Amino acid sequence: MDVEILSRIQFAFTIAFHYIYPPLSIGIAIILVIMEGMYLKTKDKFYENMTKFWVKVFALTFAVGVATGIVMEFEFGTNWATYSRFVGDVFGSALAAEGIFAFFLESGFLAVLVFGWDKVGPKMHFFSTLMVSLGSMFSAVWIVVANSWQQTPAGFHVIGEGINARAEITDFWAMVFNPSSVNRLSHVISGCWLAGAFLIISVSAYYILKDRHIRFAKSSIKIALVVVMIASLFQLFTGHRSAVGVSKNQPAKLAAMEAVFDDQTNAQLYLFGWVDSENQKVNFGVAVPGMLSYLIGFDTNTKVTGLNSFKEEDRPPVNIVFQAYHLMVAIGFALIAISLLGIFFWWRGILFKQKWLLWIFVFSVLLPQIANQIGWITAEVGRQPWIVYGLLKTSEGLSKAVEAGQVWFSLILFMLIYLGLFILFIYLLNEKIQHGPEDVDSIPSEIGHPKA
Amino acid sequence: MDFTFDLNTIWFFLIGVLLIGYAILDGFDLGVGALHLLVKNDVDRRIMLNSIGPVWDGNEVWLVTGGGALFAAFPDVYATVFSGFYSALMMLLFMLIFRAVAIEFRSKRPMKWWRQMWDVAFSVASIFIAFLAGVVVANLVTGVPLDANKEFIGTFWSLVNPYTVLVGVTTVALFMTHGAIYGVMKTEGELQIKLRSWVNNTIIFFIICYITTTMATLIYYPHMIEHFKETPALFVLAVLNMLAIANIPREISRRKEFFAFLSSCASIAALLSLFAFGIFPNFVLASNNPELSLNIYNSASSQKTLNIMLIIAMIGVPFVLAYTISIYWIFRGKVKLTNMSY
Repeated sequence: MDVEILSRIQFAFTIAFHYIYPPLSIGIAIILVIMEGMYLKTKDKFYENMTKFWVKVFALTFAVGVATGIVMEFEFGTNWATYSRFVGDVFGSALAAEGIFAFFLESGFLAVLVFGWDKVGPKMHFFSTLMVSLGSMFSAVWIVVANSWQQTPAGFHVIGEGINARAEITDFWAMVFNPSSVNRLSHVISGCWLAGAFLIISVSAYYILKDRHIRFAKSSIKIALVVVMIASLFQLFTGHRSAVGVSKNQPAKLAAMEAVFDDQTNAQLYLFGWVDSENQKVNFGVAVPGMLSYLIGFDTNTKVTGLNSFKEEDRPPVNIVFQAYHLMVAIGFALIAISLLGIFFWWRGILFKQKWLLWIFVFSVLLPQIANQIGWITAEVGRQPWIVYGLLKTSEGLSKAVEAGQVWFSLILFMLIYLGLFILFIYLLNEKIQHGPEDVDSIPSEIGHPKA
Repeated sequence: MDFTFDLNTIWFFLIGVLLIGYAILDGFDLGVGALHLLVKNDVDRRIMLNSIGPVWDGNEVWLVTGGGALFAAFPDVYATVFSGFYSALMMLLFMLIFRAVAIEFRSKRPMKWWRQMWDVAFSVASIFIAFLAGVVVANLVTGVPLDANKEFIGTFWSLVNPYTVLVGVTTVALFMTHGAIYGVMKTEGELQIKLRSWVNNTIIFFIICYITTTMATLIYYPHMIEHFKETPALFVLAVLNMLAIANIPREISRRKEFFAFLSSCASIAALLSLFAFGIFPNFVLASNNPELSLNIYNSASSQKTLNIMLIIAMIGVPFVLAYTISIYWIFRGKVKLTNMSY
């Protein structure tokens, strides 16, 4: 394997692994704000206790997120030096803004959130929780802006030629609000809320099924259910907006998402299928005629550009994008169904008697995680062969000073270390879940011995 | 010296400020880590760990932001250094991960072997990170081979030579001293007495390394003092640096730990400022041909970007300073273990 494929595997692997954690943090943080807000309002220690338990889970996901996040920032330079030179002028201000506005906010107030219960008053503590939540979302803002610029570059001009070519910013706000950033950001953020909220639903449902911490679990589930209902419906809307944006700005990606080979009106929307890109057809497919054209233009006569309108070397891999996209959409609808069912039974007052639904809740934590991952695969693989859409090919973005042997070395180590990290994470998460929240009356404020 | 107060120069020094911030802040928690195994019993080790508990990841953010600012302001430097120093930086990353994981997981289980394993990981990783950071900085003093396309053309082993190793060891010594002083500030009783004696040991270790490094620099890399010849006023920095170092044992013996810590911060700041003035206006010296060096002009982003970033920094930095100081204020005083501790 050459440096290009190794570097791509390494980046894909490290970003996919990293992307398990920040969505959890962002999603849990917003629920922490709600829970602690309820504590401030009701003064009921029960809510403080509930917040404290989820803070521990939050701290765990946050720690892994930071450790794997530093890797991402280094990797642009280590493996994609030519790309870094090309985009530095544009991409850099977003990253710098992320550092200054988001990371400091997040990590600073995290200290108060986790360790400051006895050090500051309840209002100051709540303020810190709010700041951590905002900080975590700000970081999503800037990194998604930077990534969206790679999808739909705007507010720049290219100077220099060949090896010395680079993008220079001409309009900062046009760069920030490039054509895809608002749609993609809202889609990513509500994906994060789903990831965090379904973790809370899953753990709480497990407690109810095991008949433990009942009041805590019921209350947590209700808060999280409200969040997932809003987020899953919002996801349908932002997903639709994103797809319409893709059809305008990245037609090759849309064509791959729906396996459209020839330009056509009245284009069909597949429910599922298996793409044979060599013979340009979809096997075992079931499709709704005209639906794709209708969805992107509210008119079945809307023309969809097919892959054959692009040079062969400018087409993304079709089947991966197609499968990832369709599975994501299917999960999106499943999440809406799960959350509406939950709300319905809650409204009828019989939610906690529905054992089957509680079991679905327990496993539901995996769904937003899978959807987040394959959503990114759709976005990033669909952008290929470009690293910056229409401007720079992925194969041209590599580091010239790095050899295959070095990437083998780092890739293998990443795989081993991340595997260990993942096992540890699951182990410790399970520990916390088995230990459960403290009872309100038995929390010692200070202990001098090692905690169990 | 040619010194024009333009955006490129401002950003050279702002990145310097971020790295000084990183060295001062992560410096003490790396130092605490480096000394960790010397503390024997579990409660004391937990106190050491919890002295940096609330702040260590915030401290690492300075490195992340420094890296981001470098990427933004001087993309060519970021690209050349990060791809050229690939293997060294990957090791640095692995160590940062190990360290974060060790801090987080160490106290989660009561078993002795479990805690010992993470203690070793934490301490070894802390020492390694300090060492590698020193090696990277030293390579900017010695220069590295570059081609006409700003690409690094050396190998991993060309980064390692007696001088760069010496600077690496000096960095470890410096952070150990800094960490020991921080420890004295945050602990009490017997542990504090122990740490106080370590300040004296580590500072001697540091001073020996420091003198050796200074002599080696003067003899082998005289370009580092060009500006000091032209602008003797800069020599004040060197004097300040020495005064700050000399003040540390004095404050420690007077039981003024906080002032000792400030002195130690000042000496780190002065030392890195000397380094910054030494390499200015180059970022990466080309050892094969000085003409090919990456300096603040030929590797910078456009004036527009530098300007936007300056606005971002001017809006953001007051907030960052305000809450960094508030957080250190909230967590002032001696470490107490609670049920939320590591």
